[in-house]
Amino acid sequence: MISWQGVSVSFDGRRVLGPVDMDVSEGEWVGLIGPNGAGKSTMIKAAVGLVAHEGAFSVGLRASLAGLDLAWMPQRPHLPDEMSVANYVLLGRTPHIGYLGSESVHDLEATALALERAGLHDLADRRLATLSGGEAQRAVLARALAQEAPVLLLDEPTSSLDIGHGLEVLEMIDHLRVADGLTVVTAIHDLTLAGQFTDRLVLLNDGVVVCEGPPAEVLTEERLRASYGHGIKVVHDGNGPIVIPSRKDHD
Amino acid sequence: MVATAGLLIGSVGLRATGVLGALIDRLPMISVDHGLTATQLDVLLEIRAPRVVMGAMVGAILAVAGAGYQGVFRNPLADPYLLGVAAGAGLGATLIIGLGAGSGWIPPFAFAGGLASVVLTYALSRTVGGRTTTSLILAGVAVAAFATAIQTFFLQRNNDTLREVYSWILGRLTTIGWSEVGLLLPYAAVATVALVAHRRHLDVLALGDEESAALGIDVARVRLLVVGGATLATAAAVAVSGLIGFVGIIVPHTVRLITGWSYRVIIPLSLAYGAVFLMLADLGARTLIAPAELPIGVVTAFVGAPFFLLVLRSMRGSS
Repeated sequence: MISWQGVSVSFDGRRVLGPVDMDVSEGEWVGLIGPNGAGKSTMIKAAVGLVAHEGAFSVGLRASLAGLDLAWMPQRPHLPDEMSVANYVLLGRTPHIGYLGSESVHDLEATALALERAGLHDLADRRLATLSGGEAQRAVLARALAQEAPVLLLDEPTSSLDIGHGLEVLEMIDHLRVADGLTVVTAIHDLTLAGQFTDRLVLLNDGVVVCEGPPAEVLTEERLRASYGHGIKVVHDGNGPIVIPSRKDHD
Repeated sequence: MVATAGLLIGSVGLRATGVLGALIDRLPMISVDHGLTATQLDVLLEIRAPRVVMGAMVGAILAVAGAGYQGVFRNPLADPYLLGVAAGAGLGATLIIGLGAGSGWIPPFAFAGGLASVVLTYALSRTVGGRTTTSLILAGVAVAAFATAIQTFFLQRNNDTLREVYSWILGRLTTIGWSEVGLLLPYAAVATVALVAHRRHLDVLALGDEESAALGIDVARVRLLVVGGATLATAAAVAVSGLIGFVGIIVPHTVRLITGWSYRVIIPLSLAYGAVFLMLADLGARTLIAPAELPIGVVTAFVGAPFFLLVLRSMRGSS
């Protein structure tokens, strides 16, 4: 559905990513994992077109990305304090509205539907500043849904949330993904959640892909320690690998 | 209603029925006996009417320019005056008045001065302190002071134009005729179209450059067009009516308080409320110390300065 083809990114002459090749098939959920600075966000931003890159992208059968193909949820979204939730979600319709046009009935319906599906129906008129962390994250998700793009790129969707709300947002994404056949790529720090929700994990370190595969194959102590350092333990229960940090002197 | 009051009130008394009759009489194929003398008719049609129309136009474009700047700079205190645009436009206009060029030259020179100022203000604020409200406003103050200093220097060297320029600086609608209205109209129309066309884009810009770009917005182009439109509006208003401050901050904020935060609504309503606000201010300027007149810039500053402090105070609460 979406592929990175020999994509590399350099800042000030220093290569921070790639070259990376990655194919994500339709309806698949791929998680990008790796330590800070490994290139997870850069990989996503290159696809969105926000950082200069070499290499190419393709979406579906087309050889290049267009505005309607991707919905991006940034790691730290700007939420204008005074804007209402409904107006914020409506902004997701921007790629569908002509340069001088204004929103159509269909745009308003898509907005209302996105609000409904993100469980924000009752909060539509609230100012963004009054939302809790979990509600704010759902508003950002609703905006991405309103875009009606086939591919969702999520950059750390749970990093600002507590365990409970993080789980809630990921469950919501999974539900929507299955219902709409969306393709999802997520950069994510929480390795246990990554293992539980994604179909495939791609482990990045120093800008290159170290290994990829089903979560159970990637989330091994040996592989994670090579990238994250020694204080990593992996235990297993019925739901797959659980990754826990562990003080080195207790080993 | 405000427009009608503006037509009725003035140093020469006119009967309401007469004014109404005269206006209806002007409509094609309708003839009404309005009972006004020829002099009274002249006062109405050649002095009062253009003044009211000009007040509405200047108020509308100053207000919408303020809203445009606030959207582009993502800063609720951005205003044609606080950004130094008006001072720059004033400098451009002063230079061209001093050179003795015709009044048709004033708007382009005012535009050049205003554009140079807003670019300078923005560049200064970015080098000094990133994107904070304070750095933008302080840079605007510095640029305005600089432009005013050059203007003063120029005036000292050219005493003969001092009087003409000074009365213009204070902001006035007193000597407005239909020719000034005609001079302003094309600039006002272009600027208004540019700003109204981008009302939706201004909402998107609130998400920051990256998220706007991800939604398919060409951020640099939108900024350029909106700042260009707002500066053109400011320059044209300054060129015909001098320095009338605070309209660009009072009106959009009032609209925002009433309707909530979306430029899709703020931009068009600022046009309407700005027109009403300045017609009211002009009415105040004409009547408060009648039969003398206050410069309208004094009236707007009298209302606007405390309003500005209120906005500043409410911002401190939120950030």
